[in-house]
Amino acid sequence: MKFALMINQGPYTHQASDTAYHFACAVLKAGHEVFRIFFYHDGVNNATRMTTPPQDDRHVIDRWSELASQHKLDLVVCVAAAQRRGILDEDEARRHGKDGDNLAPGFRISGLGQLIEAGIEADRFLVFGN
Amino acid sequence: MYVNRRAPHGTIYGHEGLEVVLVGAAFDQEVSMAFVGDGVFQLKQAQDTSGIGTKNFAGAYRALADYDVTRLYVETESLEERGLTVGDLMPLTYEDEEDNDQEKSSITLIDRASLGQLFEAQDVILNF
Amino acid sequence: MLHTVNKSPYQSDALTTCFGLAQPGSAVLLFEDGIYAAMNNTKFSGAVVVAQQCCTIYVLEPDLQARGFDSDCIMNAIQTIDYDGFVSLVEANPVVQAW
Repeated sequence: MKFALMINQGPYTHQASDTAYHFACAVLKAGHEVFRIFFYHDGVNNATRMTTPPQDDRHVIDRWSELASQHKLDLVVCVAAAQRRGILDEDEARRHGKDGDNLAPGFRISGLGQLIEAGIEADRFLVFGN
Repeated sequence: MYVNRRAPHGTIYGHEGLEVVLVGAAFDQEVSMAFVGDGVFQLKQAQDTSGIGTKNFAGAYRALADYDVTRLYVETESLEERGLTVGDLMPLTYEDEEDNDQEKSSITLIDRASLGQLFEAQDVILNF
Repeated sequence: MLHTVNKSPYQSDALTTCFGLAQPGSAVLLFEDGIYAAMNNTKFSGAVVVAQQCCTIYVLEPDLQARGFDSDCIMNAIQTIDYDGFVSLVEANPVVQAW
């Protein structure tokens, strides 16, 4: 079964990203495919590699990056929502004349069409952190 | 189906939700929107954000018909609980090509029980 | 259909809205701060009992434990599930609505 997830809240303030992570792990463990995870609204804040939590806390962002690399997940960040909140990849940073980019490994920035496509392609579509 | 449950302007959900609807319209899917709870405030007419300096996206609801998004379901109970009637909402209309381009309202009032049934008939529900 | 509720009923009308719209035969999963609706003897217990007449209600155990509760604290006929159970619930319900 193909699953797609949407994450709409940032890390640490809300539990949504944690729940989605544990759910995604359980989905993969059950032998299903995770077609795409789409980050929208404040959910785009899950994609900044500048995040530096205390050492005794979980690293929400690295955890996503690692899961993505282990399972070749497609982690997509909405470009418009990301730009509003200062999440930029190298290309976007250059285009807007910013002095740095901050997109974490394993994430890519793209448009809302990717969300719609996920809704169409996936057998199961879940929203976390609405 | 896109489900709106939040009031406008206090949070960005309504605004960014509308962006999804407009992009999604290009995908040739049959879409509808539902307005439940505080979501009915999204459609209140005469919204004017000039005093708070935020973008007034309410006008974009008028563009929905151009994108063939013409089914906006508003839960009757949510309206009543908030002291509103359909007359308090933006007059959103479309021209029905299958009916001699007659101008029709995009807004359909729906009671809670029927809306619950409508949810069951959806392939995907996105909520904002 | 599966309805998920992640907000405390004391803070949000998500649970009430969900119960108002859920059709007979639906599943409702209480998780994150939504688990407080599953407790015994609260102002929402009556509404939960009514909802149980037509829906099956589940609560996510890791969220229960995280907040200092266990399955003894929750109302009769509410089933506790873990993340694997959450996945099974989604397998069984093609459409999921998050409140």
